[in-house]
Amino acid sequence: MDQFFHSVRLDADKCKGCTNCIKRCPTEAIRVRAGKASIISERCIDCGECIRICPHHAKRAQTDPFNTILEYKYRIALPAPTLYGQFNNLEDVDYVLTAMKSLGFDDAFEVSAGAELISEATRVMMNSGELKRPVISSACPAVCRLIRVRFPKLISHVLPLTSPMEEAGRIAREEAVKKTGLKPEEIGVFFITPCPAKITASKSPICLDKSNINGAFAIKDLYPVLFQIMDKIEEPEPMKKSGLIGVSWAGSGGESAALIREQYLAADGIENVIKVLEQVEDEKLNDLDFIELNACSGGCVGGPLTVENPYVAKARIQKLRKYLPVSCNHLENGEVPDEMRWSKPLEGLSVLRLADNVIEAMTRLNELNEIHASLPGLDCGTCGAPSCRALAEDIVRGTASINDCVFRMGENMDKAERDSFMPAPFRSNTQEE
Amino acid sequence: MNSVKLHYDVPGDDFTRAGEASGCVKKMLKEIGFEPDIIRNVSIAMYEAEINMVIHAGGGRADVEITPDYIEVILSDDGPGIKDVELAMQEGYSTAPDNVRSLGFGAGMGLPNIKKYSDEMKIDTEINVGTTITLRFYLH
Repeated sequence: MDQFFHSVRLDADKCKGCTNCIKRCPTEAIRVRAGKASIISERCIDCGECIRICPHHAKRAQTDPFNTILEYKYRIALPAPTLYGQFNNLEDVDYVLTAMKSLGFDDAFEVSAGAELISEATRVMMNSGELKRPVISSACPAVCRLIRVRFPKLISHVLPLTSPMEEAGRIAREEAVKKTGLKPEEIGVFFITPCPAKITASKSPICLDKSNINGAFAIKDLYPVLFQIMDKIEEPEPMKKSGLIGVSWAGSGGESAALIREQYLAADGIENVIKVLEQVEDEKLNDLDFIELNACSGGCVGGPLTVENPYVAKARIQKLRKYLPVSCNHLENGEVPDEMRWSKPLEGLSVLRLADNVIEAMTRLNELNEIHASLPGLDCGTCGAPSCRALAEDIVRGTASINDCVFRMGENMDKAERDSFMPAPFRSNTQEE
Repeated sequence: MNSVKLHYDVPGDDFTRAGEASGCVKKMLKEIGFEPDIIRNVSIAMYEAEINMVIHAGGGRADVEITPDYIEVILSDDGPGIKDVELAMQEGYSTAPDNVRSLGFGAGMGLPNIKKYSDEMKIDTEINVGTTITLRFYLH
């Protein structure tokens, strides 16, 4: 799979070419060209902020068609614990898991079970002293991609373990092989996702040769159907296999709390995540053991493919987990198996560099600064770039022209012509005359 | 010779903006594509010096010159000056007021850290006139 595969896509028919998404994108990865938004592939981290902000619903996450499940003899649903927070008055996780069977799956395996194993493995590895501190969580794929493109120096701090999704998928398949006698490839494992970044991670896996996930469906797409099925369940099957620790991963702070250490930080919301990473890079947070980062506000419950407000969902999960055991999943002999570790390293992506060599990059930076100083500094977005500086950068990279700036174009017109051309706030002050 | 010159005015007594100049410089060093360790050194040393100007001198100016061989950062202020440079260079020595310490600054690591992370450091200071700190970071 292409290293720049993305789940976040544009629906060109719906896009009106407004400036909402370019302004919101935390990595300045979107430009408007010919009246449509276009995503700069190598910069996009699949956080889904553009999906959230687009008033025309022109940004979407590429999920799999539901009938993909029919390609497999035995089908397993992997619900993220965030799914539980979508339903009001849910008394027992088993209702959700039982409903998965009516939906067409043969079984459901909780991602929170995989999360409990990742938590235990993290504790083991942190105690062994093999990790560079502060350890940065690798659970949010949007954060992993952000680190690769903007903070490559911090790659050595990232926890070298697979995600709860991958771990759950691996165990679910192993167990199904034993139970059914089918071949591993005859078993389909499908993630029920709160976000596009995890879809991307299942198609283009992070530090794994091959993903354990065969397809992904959005929580928001399954919610209406699940809701109706659950309403009719009288006695759910006892299917749940995870405890408080695993389910708590749905909200920011859940992964950290499971480590039973005091020196941790849990930040959520992409802007906060970026600020924390800047501080780690400047070695201002060296006294911390662990840093949990979630691109979405509130953690995974805030994913762009969820239905419920993240804080409401988190409150529901708090109530739901009250009667759960602390943890139901444990490592065999307390050892971290190789399958849970990365099979290849996380690699940096040098998308920030203005040129391949330092001399050329310095020349371009001078040009960039000069152009930036000549622009109006309004960050209006009319040129299709999110800010004047981004336009200056595009110009030196050769993907835009100075004439893309309406204010620079206006400089060559006489006053009357400029006043008829400029939007109201920028016409000359007629009251002075 | 090919070089990038940058100038920043650092406002005094505004902790919400402290670190803006060093943040901008860090971003540009990444755009040029220098080694991450050099970027870290410049970023940390310049940040500490910037904070010092905010805490002690009511702000000041930062001038940066980036060349293929070295990066030079000159931070100058019109503050009270440093009475005893040798003492100020000791780890843990601080004259920061309590309100600044309550924000987590003023641990007495500013100047020692600036020295630790730079290749060359020169302090010119005069009481009631100001302080100029010149830092050099060599790229080879």
